[in-house]
Amino acid sequence: MTALVQHVASGVASGGIYGSLALAIVLIYRATGVINLAQGELATLSAFGCWTLVDHGWAFWPAFGATLALSFGGGVALHALLLQPLRNSPLLRSVLVTAGLALAVNGLDTWIWGGASRSFHGPFSASAVTAGGVALSKQDLGVAGVSLAAALVTGLLLVRTKLGLGLRAVVSPVEARFAGVRVGALAAVGWGLAAALGAVAGMLAAPSLQLDPNMMQRVLLYAFAAAALGGLLSPVGAVVGGIVLGVFLDLAGAYVHRIGGELRPATALAVLAGVLLLRPNGLLGGTAPERA
Amino acid sequence: MHVRYGEIRALRGVTLSVELGDFVAILGANGAGKTTTLRAISGLVKTTGEVFLEGSKLFRRTPDGMARLGVAHVPEGRGTFTTLSVLDNLRLGAWTRRGTSTRDLAHVFELFPLLYERRERRAGTLSGGEQQMLAIGRVLMAKPILALLDEPSRGLEPVVVHELFEALRRINEGGTAIVLAEHKPALALGAARRAFVLENGRVAVGGDAADVRGHELLRVGPES
Repeated sequence: MTALVQHVASGVASGGIYGSLALAIVLIYRATGVINLAQGELATLSAFGCWTLVDHGWAFWPAFGATLALSFGGGVALHALLLQPLRNSPLLRSVLVTAGLALAVNGLDTWIWGGASRSFHGPFSASAVTAGGVALSKQDLGVAGVSLAAALVTGLLLVRTKLGLGLRAVVSPVEARFAGVRVGALAAVGWGLAAALGAVAGMLAAPSLQLDPNMMQRVLLYAFAAAALGGLLSPVGAVVGGIVLGVFLDLAGAYVHRIGGELRPATALAVLAGVLLLRPNGLLGGTAPERA
Repeated sequence: MHVRYGEIRALRGVTLSVELGDFVAILGANGAGKTTTLRAISGLVKTTGEVFLEGSKLFRRTPDGMARLGVAHVPEGRGTFTTLSVLDNLRLGAWTRRGTSTRDLAHVFELFPLLYERRERRAGTLSGGEQQMLAIGRVLMAKPILALLDEPSRGLEPVVVHELFEALRRINEGGTAIVLAEHKPALALGAARRAFVLENGRVAVGGDAADVRGHELLRVGPES
């Protein structure tokens, strides 16, 4: 029983990371119709940025905040430089550019920071807190808490603000233009927010995964599966999908031989392909229409 | 009061002017150029002509730019955000204005109580008539100088059409000029003050609605 609760807790923690990155993917998909294949590598870049600030003597949380701001600006800039010029081209071309961006960022990371793994000291200690006779790691609780807080802030932004209303509206770009919405500007904000959410995922993942240029490659696959579980268009679905996937993978890994290690990505791929094939609107969405 | 007007030369030479608070019907058979005329005004199609708003020429028109200038275009597909709630759709109607006026929202719900009942529902789940009410409700939220409406009556029950035109009259009384593309002349001429009949991309007849009403062209149109 104790072991089960611990596995669920660590599943929620890794699921929170998947959910944050999945939320980033969903935001860009809703705003532009493009699946950003570079979302994981951008998160790694942000994590390296945070590491560098900490290496220069910054405390973790100020470095975390600065990284969020820098990532947001970087996301807006990338949209303006690479994607906005392609706005009238077929979407597949934009997806191709994001694939190129992923490889370019990976190379850039290696060039600047080298390919070796670095230990990244997060804000949470590895010690445990005991609650009701079950010992839970502070690391897991902290990661779950921060990623859920990031999702909550994003959700409030989407639901409670005019900017959020616009971000939800650009899922129908033609109608949004008729309403007077500057679709391109909101897509840029979407890229900025996505980069910031990705940064949260990267900075939370780095302490346990060890920081190296390939750190987020598998996590991106998990995020794709999480986003698919939520129906690709649903911000709530992406976060819930992340947690469901995280818990599922951790439990499967604990109780089924090998899934915890080598077969974890393959299991996630099976989830991704299965959901896209059998439930393309996600586990919850029954009637969600395709993006216009 | 200064006069606001738009002037366009599009299609095969369509010129029309709309005055502040005007109610203009554009009539004609399908394919006569009604939709194209509206699209030309809001920049959805390229034109060689000119459009003036309040006396200044508008270059590089786009639907979003026109909406911000106070020209609301309700396209034939109604422009509804099908994945968003009725309430969010109405809020997006007021996108170009500062904040959402609760008084305007109350006004819309007073005019269309059904929309109030359905306010939390996805707009995509509404019937055609309800979606058209929502489109009109969004115009009420936008409070534009000019509203371009493309066949709002299409596919609707007569009772709903009646309610719709009553709402258009209210919008017009509120100071918004209306340009209504419509292929049923009786309906449009009953509401509009002035009318233009398009035929093959040209204005065949134009003038006061009462004068246009008696014109021969309306009786030979295939859907009149």
